[in-house]
Amino acid sequence: MKILRTIALALLSSAALNAAAQLTIEVTGAGANRIPIAIANFEGDRVISAALTAVIRADLERSGTFNLIDPGNAAIAEGATVNYDDWRGRKADAVVTGSISASADGRYETRFRLHDVQKQSAIAGQSYMHTPAPSQLRTAAHRIADVIYEKLTGERGVFSTRIAYVVKSTGRYELQIADADGANPQTALGSREPIISPSWSPDGGKLAYVSFEAKKPVVYVHDLATGRRHVAANFKGSNSAPAWSPDGKKLAVVLTKDGGSQLYLVNADGSGIVRLATSAGIDTEPRYSPDGQWIYFTSDRGGGPQIYRLPASGGDVQRITFEGSYNVTPRPSPDGKSMAYVARDGGTFHVTLMDLATKQTQVLTDSVKDESPTFSPNGRMILYATEVGGRGVLAAVSSDGRVKQKLSVPAADVREPVWGPYVK
Amino acid sequence: MRQSLVLATVTAVFLAACSSQPPAPEQKPAAVEERQGSTVAEPGMIKSDKMDPYGLAALKDPNSILSKRNIFFDFDQYVIKDEFKPLVEAHAKLLLANPSVKMLIQGNADERGSREYNLALGQKRAETVKKALLLLGAKEDQIEAVSLGEEKPRCTGQTEECFAQNRRDDILYTGEY
Repeated sequence: MKILRTIALALLSSAALNAAAQLTIEVTGAGANRIPIAIANFEGDRVISAALTAVIRADLERSGTFNLIDPGNAAIAEGATVNYDDWRGRKADAVVTGSISASADGRYETRFRLHDVQKQSAIAGQSYMHTPAPSQLRTAAHRIADVIYEKLTGERGVFSTRIAYVVKSTGRYELQIADADGANPQTALGSREPIISPSWSPDGGKLAYVSFEAKKPVVYVHDLATGRRHVAANFKGSNSAPAWSPDGKKLAVVLTKDGGSQLYLVNADGSGIVRLATSAGIDTEPRYSPDGQWIYFTSDRGGGPQIYRLPASGGDVQRITFEGSYNVTPRPSPDGKSMAYVARDGGTFHVTLMDLATKQTQVLTDSVKDESPTFSPNGRMILYATEVGGRGVLAAVSSDGRVKQKLSVPAADVREPVWGPYVK
Repeated sequence: MRQSLVLATVTAVFLAACSSQPPAPEQKPAAVEERQGSTVAEPGMIKSDKMDPYGLAALKDPNSILSKRNIFFDFDQYVIKDEFKPLVEAHAKLLLANPSVKMLIQGNADERGSREYNLALGQKRAETVKKALLLLGAKEDQIEAVSLGEEKPRCTGQTEECFAQNRRDDILYTGEY
């Protein structure tokens, strides 16, 4: 990587520092009832222990769900007897212990155990084989953090997931993929022309996006393992806004080949184009509901841009947003119960959440130029693009509005984030 | 391209007359005036007066309205303002006179709001001009209307002036895209 990148966690405690990472993450808010947890140093290779526990602690802390208790300097083996009274005295509700052992083939086995201080018993444990390569250590640490998170909160962790986003530096656009904490960035596509609207396939293996390299917007599907890509939609006029069906077989896209920006369905290989709806105005930004039954979209059929939905097989259109004169970019939540979108209030644009059953809305951010909200796969966090000091940054907010994070890359504009699916 | 004093003056007068219109950056009257002393009327430029007013050469002739390729729009609007009607009419005549020539209209939007919605707004701006050209006799297969949305701003500041320059159609002909 050309630019020296750091990840910094601006929280009170002994936050982990990890050099050579892409996005600087600043946590600017935290949940109300954070779970006090101590992650002890793991027994075994000290360098590997430091690398693993730093990532585990950073993951848990960044989630805004945990309060890290100082574990002291001593390493505690995975199977060691835990002094529960001592940890209760330090106000920890949970303690994690671990051991790292080298195997004959040069790899390492890391075992950890999660202890419940109140119950005075171990409640989870796993073991992982890995090399000492930084990326493998990070993967193991994210998996451990996911187990801890799920055991203690009851919802699945997203530390092992990935995010994609577009970085604009002078005269260059890069579609990048990074770990959910912004580390380990990889460039999937570099171009002198803009790239917008990346969208993960449900299996996490492909990204659909819009590239302007042909002097007009064209939709591509990019296979991440092979680096190969194909054109999914390149008709006369503009081609944009790809959205995967939950089964990964189809893309909803916006084409103008018949005049106006209108919704179509196309097979992911670019075949079988079918028009989905007809309006006199703009229809764009389609997004499937997680059950595949509906397509939410933005339309100006009522005058200004508002959010509507229609059955994924076509049919009657229902209007979803009514408050305000500019509501765009619908993103149904993973459980299908709510929808994040961007609402304009005067001259400012905020990520807003709507309960789809009650139609109640909540403005989640105090930033002013929000775009492109995207849910974490567990629905807990919403990543979005906004602007700070005239520069594009990514930010995240929990769906209850309490936890807030800012992620930025030095000397570049970051935009168009999209959170990938769970890793199998 | 070098310009004669006469052409420079005409350009300056034209720009002054259209002061409500955001100036195109390639037309800078002050810079042209600095060349006054060294620039004399060139034979090539005189010839241009005699050439086919709707021929392809006119596209690069700064004295021709056809060299003007930008149409600006009001905020959240895609109506062609009166001041741009002569420009649209001239380009329609060129397309009529040259049936094999093709045109790409790139619509653009300012940066406020959703990128995809802005892409659709730019598309509407491009299609508005395409529709006008078709009504004036151009052929469907001669024109492609596309959008660059907010992705290719001509002006990157966050001022009303900049936004106005970015709400724009650009007209390109075969060989220019």
